[in-house]
Amino acid sequence: MEKTTPLYETHKKSGGKIVPFAGYLLPVQYETGVIAEHMAVRNACGLFDVSHMGEITCVGPDALRLLNRLLTNDFSNMYDGQARYSIMCYDDGGCVDDLIVYKVRQDHYFIVVNAANKDKDFAWMKEHEEGDAVFTDISDTVAQIAIQGPKAQEILARLLPEESFPAKYYSANFDAVIGGMKCAVSKTGYTGSGGYELYMAAADATAMWDLLIKTGTGDGLIPCGLGARDTLRLEAGMPLYGHEMDATISPLETGLGFAVKLQKNDFIGRTALASKTITRTRVGLKVTGRGIVREHMNVFFGDEQVGVTTSGTHAPYLGYPIAMALVRTDNAAVGTKLTADVRGRKVEMEVVPLPFYSKTKKK
Amino acid sequence: MNFPNELRYSKSHEWVKIEDGVAVIGLTDYAQHELGDLVFVNLPEEGDELTAGEALGDVESVKAVSDVYSPVSGTVSEINEELLDHPELINEAPYDAWFVRATDITGEEELLDAAAYEAFCKEESEK
Repeated sequence: MEKTTPLYETHKKSGGKIVPFAGYLLPVQYETGVIAEHMAVRNACGLFDVSHMGEITCVGPDALRLLNRLLTNDFSNMYDGQARYSIMCYDDGGCVDDLIVYKVRQDHYFIVVNAANKDKDFAWMKEHEEGDAVFTDISDTVAQIAIQGPKAQEILARLLPEESFPAKYYSANFDAVIGGMKCAVSKTGYTGSGGYELYMAAADATAMWDLLIKTGTGDGLIPCGLGARDTLRLEAGMPLYGHEMDATISPLETGLGFAVKLQKNDFIGRTALASKTITRTRVGLKVTGRGIVREHMNVFFGDEQVGVTTSGTHAPYLGYPIAMALVRTDNAAVGTKLTADVRGRKVEMEVVPLPFYSKTKKK
Repeated sequence: MNFPNELRYSKSHEWVKIEDGVAVIGLTDYAQHELGDLVFVNLPEEGDELTAGEALGDVESVKAVSDVYSPVSGTVSEINEELLDHPELINEAPYDAWFVRATDITGEEELLDAAAYEAFCKEESEK
């Protein structure tokens, strides 16, 4: 039986097409459709219910030491409110999950994990607790709404005083108030178009959602579903657990070395990551032939299979199909011509730099 | 949702109109609505044989690929090349956006009239 987010009834009322995803019933799109929702985020603003994401706190005098032992990134030297992306690895270097850690204040961290992995992550964390620090799963009490796109700041500024905005990208204000509701405002996102992610009490989610819709509609803000969330992250070249990473893929293979600090203290997975030779790597592919290349399609260099796709779709803003793949490092250079087997048909592709889209790069 | 009276319909959501021995085939309004924004179309080639109930091509939405089944058996006499560059025409006007014309019709699938198809779609969406 799937769970619902606090916004389930709101989605149904506003025409959301509801599908099961990661154990939750969520809108895959609204009446506007995936392409219009995608373009709204690139050109104006989109609102996403991401309350299915898991939230876990890590609290205690040994919290920093515990996180540095359990996760690949280094959480020393963070200021209050700062966010840091990390991987949580198994001993063999495979990924348990990717996540974001916020330092709320000394000895108090707020961690956001993937919905589909939440129970597994929490069990792994509890199993490795040590010293005076405790993980607590607070997912059911927290709702998350993402407001993304070039107009997000302007819309939010009508509800939030300037001094309440987080100063920098990848930081948050945990003491913000919007429409009388306490919330955390984080300058983060999963679209490549900038914006904010808001965390609030589950009980306030509906009022917050309605307020944001009302405030932003005149600027082109529309509600967006999971379909656009996926095309946006893919166009922005962002990895997704279960696609570009999983228990069998190391963060170093999938281009997440920036979040792996081998030089810090010992951490779970370090020995494996430091010793394993990398033979495959994640690449961006522009489809130059006719067809849509999707995940799990074999990738060839000439007649030789050199990899497999991990995600793929038509990129609505760029206007052509794109894919990401794990391919042999020898065949990963930008400009390399590869093909994918699309249901028995060879479709031509070319390795291009990631991200496909960025705010500064445009088309 | 639109169900033109002059067309007949398959349970796999294709429409067909047979006039003077030529079958015109497309995807219904219900189908395009269920599939969402279409971004790619794969059509057969002129001269290809069609078999009633078997795939004649496929369409891809942002999310997924779906086969398009032929409501008749026959031979492809013409394809709508405009769809190859503009699959969105199927979303915009599904009954104008024909996929193929076929001749030498030798058989057809179980086809529904507009009223029966409308009732069938209603059942499908209530599932």
